[in-house]
Amino acid sequence: MTEQLTPVEIGRDRARFDGALKAEGAAPYAYDYPVEDPLYLWTVDSTIAKGRVAAIDASAAEATDGVVLVLTHDNAVRVSGDDLEYAVLQDPAVRFRGQVVAAVVATTPEVARAAAESVVVRYDQEPHSVTVRAEDLYRPEKVNAGFPTDTDTGDLDAAMASAAVTVDEGYVTARTHASPVEPHTTVATWTDADGFLVFESSQSAHGFRRVFSDVFEVPAERVRVIAPFVGGGFGSKGMPHAGAVVAMMAARALPGRPVKYAHTRRQMFRLVGYRPRAEQRVRLAADADGTLLGVGVDVVQESSVVKEYAEQSAMPARTMYAAPHRRTSHRLAALDVPVPSWMRAPGEAPGMFALESAMDELAHECGIDPIELRVLNEPAVDPDTGLPHSSRYLVRCLRAGADLFGWYHRDPRVRSRRQGPWLVGHGVAASTYPAYRQPNNTALVRFADGRYQVEIAAADIGTGAWTALNQIAADALGVPVDEVDLAIGDSALPVASVAGGSSGTASWGTAIVTAARQFREKFGSHPAEDDEVRADVPAPTVAEEFATHAHGAQFAEVHVHEDTGEIRVPRLYGVFDAGQVINPRTARSQLVGGMVMGMSMALHEDSVMDPALGHTANPDLADYHIPVNADVCDLRAEWLGIPDHRLNPMGSKGIGEIGITGTAAAIANAAFHATGVRVRELPITLDKFLG
Amino acid sequence: MRPFAYQRAADAPSAVAAVAADPRAVFLAGGTNLVDHLKLGVAAPSLVVDVSGLAVDEVEELPDGGLRIGAGTRNSDLAAHPLVRERYPLLSEALLSGASGQLRNVATTGGNLLQRTRCGYFRDTTVPCNKREPGSGCPALTGHNRYHAILGASRECVATHPSDMATALVALDATAVVLGVDGSRRVPVGELHRLPGDDPTRDTVLAHGDLITAVELPAPFGGRSRYRKVRDRASFAFALVSLAAAVRVRDGVIDDLRLVLGGVAHTPWRARHAEDALRGAAPTEGALRAAADAELLDAKALTGNAFKVPLARNALLSVLRDLTDIAPELEEDA
Ligand SMILES: Cc1cc2nc3c(=O)[nH]c(=O)nc-3n(C[C@H](O)[C@H](O)[C@H](O)COP(=O)(O)OP(=O)(O)OC[C@H]3O[C@@H](n4cnc5c(N)ncnc54)[C@H](O)[C@@H]3O)c2cc1C
Ligand code: SF4
Repeated sequence: MTEQLTPVEIGRDRARFDGALKAEGAAPYAYDYPVEDPLYLWTVDSTIAKGRVAAIDASAAEATDGVVLVLTHDNAVRVSGDDLEYAVLQDPAVRFRGQVVAAVVATTPEVARAAAESVVVRYDQEPHSVTVRAEDLYRPEKVNAGFPTDTDTGDLDAAMASAAVTVDEGYVTARTHASPVEPHTTVATWTDADGFLVFESSQSAHGFRRVFSDVFEVPAERVRVIAPFVGGGFGSKGMPHAGAVVAMMAARALPGRPVKYAHTRRQMFRLVGYRPRAEQRVRLAADADGTLLGVGVDVVQESSVVKEYAEQSAMPARTMYAAPHRRTSHRLAALDVPVPSWMRAPGEAPGMFALESAMDELAHECGIDPIELRVLNEPAVDPDTGLPHSSRYLVRCLRAGADLFGWYHRDPRVRSRRQGPWLVGHGVAASTYPAYRQPNNTALVRFADGRYQVEIAAADIGTGAWTALNQIAADALGVPVDEVDLAIGDSALPVASVAGGSSGTASWGTAIVTAARQFREKFGSHPAEDDEVRADVPAPTVAEEFATHAHGAQFAEVHVHEDTGEIRVPRLYGVFDAGQVINPRTARSQLVGGMVMGMSMALHEDSVMDPALGHTANPDLADYHIPVNADVCDLRAEWLGIPDHRLNPMGSKGIGEIGITGTAAAIANAAFHATGVRVRELPITLDKFLG
Repeated sequence: MRPFAYQRAADAPSAVAAVAADPRAVFLAGGTNLVDHLKLGVAAPSLVVDVSGLAVDEVEELPDGGLRIGAGTRNSDLAAHPLVRERYPLLSEALLSGASGQLRNVATTGGNLLQRTRCGYFRDTTVPCNKREPGSGCPALTGHNRYHAILGASRECVATHPSDMATALVALDATAVVLGVDGSRRVPVGELHRLPGDDPTRDTVLAHGDLITAVELPAPFGGRSRYRKVRDRASFAFALVSLAAAVRVRDGVIDDLRLVLGGVAHTPWRARHAEDALRGAAPTEGALRAAADAELLDAKALTGNAFKVPLARNALLSVLRDLTDIAPELEEDA
């Protein structure tokens, strides 16, 4: 049990404190920092997917007025470490189409681009492999976030063979890209202190500093990463990617000159990570009444030769429902494709599409209500670890959501309702995401000029951290919010973990509360000028005793046009258990944002691989669809608001990612209810309803 | 940086003369298509002649009851024009289904007609494309071809023409007024675009330097009309299949009709087979189906767009049923 804060500011609806700054354009993003005498970098990207650079003719570029440097694998500074993603411009090998093979630095962006386009690269091309083949599959040692690759309890095959009802189906999730509105940007300077100053679009100032320090073998204290405002990340800015390294290589070669580099939108489809395409075979074995006997998920996913990335897509099946026989596995194929990486709810987002679709299929097979099926299989303890839950309110979310949505009026028969030419269906799915808190967080509290300065290198990637952390600090110190001056987004501030894994607010907030409490213990309520406390937070131990997860339930109304297959989602409701909500306004925007992204995954996002060329054939936001306003209609997110005292002093659970989990299944399930057509491959486009 | 000269045209003849004199010159109107292509490197002109300032944005009534639309008329203004809304609602509907409000505020009638294909390979200068680089190949044949043609394509190019407005204009029997170096001539919009054949570089029958100065609509067709656009999201997406339909029923038979499909070919596709099958016929479910099937008999699907054949068929059927007031018979009962 963690000593809880008394919520005063916590739970209050507050507009973002940085809202006006952003609306006025006064909040500097990485590219906006005024720097002296900047240079601009443009990259030359490979036009083959596999092979070697045979020759680079940069004579035209070098002869261009304003060009100060052409970087190639011949002259780029050597980097250290065994992470091949950062080993850019180190050798002539080409490992995917769109890999950076050279870069031009010039006095204006226009000159840099024109010169880069004049560089002639000759390749020795080799045949590439960009689609998963069974014979290429291998078993990774572990999957993302350190989870085991495979699990096996009981005897799933036997359960499948003897069960009264089984589901055994394959589900496909598409390759998708986080494309935050602010492109990935690096503005780097090699300073006269023999170190780097980097303005960066980053979800983790300290995490980036660590990587940069390792890659360039520069002591961490001589690397400073500044990122107070970030225009979205969705995981793609959770760790540095190759572009940042290239910009810093240029800066290293041009001491004292800031080098500015922003990815183009097209480059964001290949250089900053993406969610890889995955196929999941889901097996469910159940008694005739729906009681689960077995749950199995086998994931086959594309990965890259440059760097392995295994989404933990079978994780949800390990924890969601009780069943004695359980087996999960993850297999990868290493392809000549761009490096996949984190994208909002890695593992849970694709995993919950497959599992929650299969649960709907089981409910249909058993002829029971999909909510009752889930209630029936609610586990007493976490099926994966055997630990009790710190709190688990899935059933309450399902029930509350059902009431809000009007679920119980639903006629369970498929194709039972229509409005004019539209077939109408209702679907439900569960949501889940782990409730994490990260180790390695330090906060500082100082009293100066009658105000409290609170410092921690947290990141606000548009989530509202500037506001929520201020509210937490106010309650921790027992003062109004406007007596707190918060500083975040700079590696010169005390160490903080990444804005990722929906762990930010819990992790940074705990550090702030710890520091504030120590401050009050030490200095009481009337501190003197410059009284200061810096507090490290001990690593959390709750996970040794409890399974910690957030849950939710999503309900979709889907209309499918019977002549054309056009699919619309007039209603999408979610009810979540996210512990204590710190700020309802910013929380709602996280949850509905997640749900829209889930709808996007369900209906739109599809990065189409051209197998012959070896790249994404629709790499811009005209061709790669996400929902527009007209697609998003009645959208609601609510929450139970029950604090989980075991997790952290706020009683909060993360809310950044849970909203995207389960949405695609709720929509697919509703589409099935509307039409009788079960779409098991995302996105659910109109062609899938045309016979 | 690709330097180019920029000229603001003083009048239409001098604009034509300037572009005709330089094989690498282009006209610039709203720029919503051309400027994208400049940025992508798809267009690399030596001279850009800006015609957006020419006073050709009037919509006037013609003595025969038709309408003359200046080529510079913005898509938003044209869609909202009272005479267009009253007499040619098909055109308003088509315009409003295209692009977004911001784009329509800038896009012009002439530019809209001459916008180029949205084929992703055409827009990516790092890959082959016969339309952009003759003889380099057509990756869409085996690649990403969801949006590509099912009718009238060639091995050289399977791209589609993207304009919603043009599809409606063909159904309205509109005529483009074209000024060339040899003077003015009239080109029916239905004959303006051409099939790719063995020269996909040419989208239209216009010669280099030809300037569209106006589009003329004949007196309204009468009857009932509908623009139906089927796309991958609720708004701001190009048509997978669209249909501009106008039908006149008299004494229980279809007196006359116009059916033009969009999103299925290198041109707006006048569905003549379907029209011929239905002209003079009583509108029955069987007749509609036979007409739709006749039109799509020669349809050829690519690897990723086979769904367009039933989609086009269903779009034809459902719109024609609506316009002729016949109730759908469920397929299962047929
Ligand atoms: C994101 C996006 C979505 C879109 N969605 C749709 C859609 O759903 N449906 C749809 O129909 N369109 C859509 N469009 C296309 C849009 O309608 C066209 O870009 C626009 O109509 C072009 O008009 P413009 O005046 O801007 O042309 P410009 O870009 O100025 O010119 C286009 C071409 O026409 C030539 N040209 C222009 N005027 C003349 C003239 N008078 N005589 C001879 N040549 C001329 C130019 O040289 C150029 O080659 C979309 C565009 C974008 C960017
Ligand atoms: S379809 Fe036409 S435009 Fe597209 S790649 Fe082929 S040749 Fe080029």
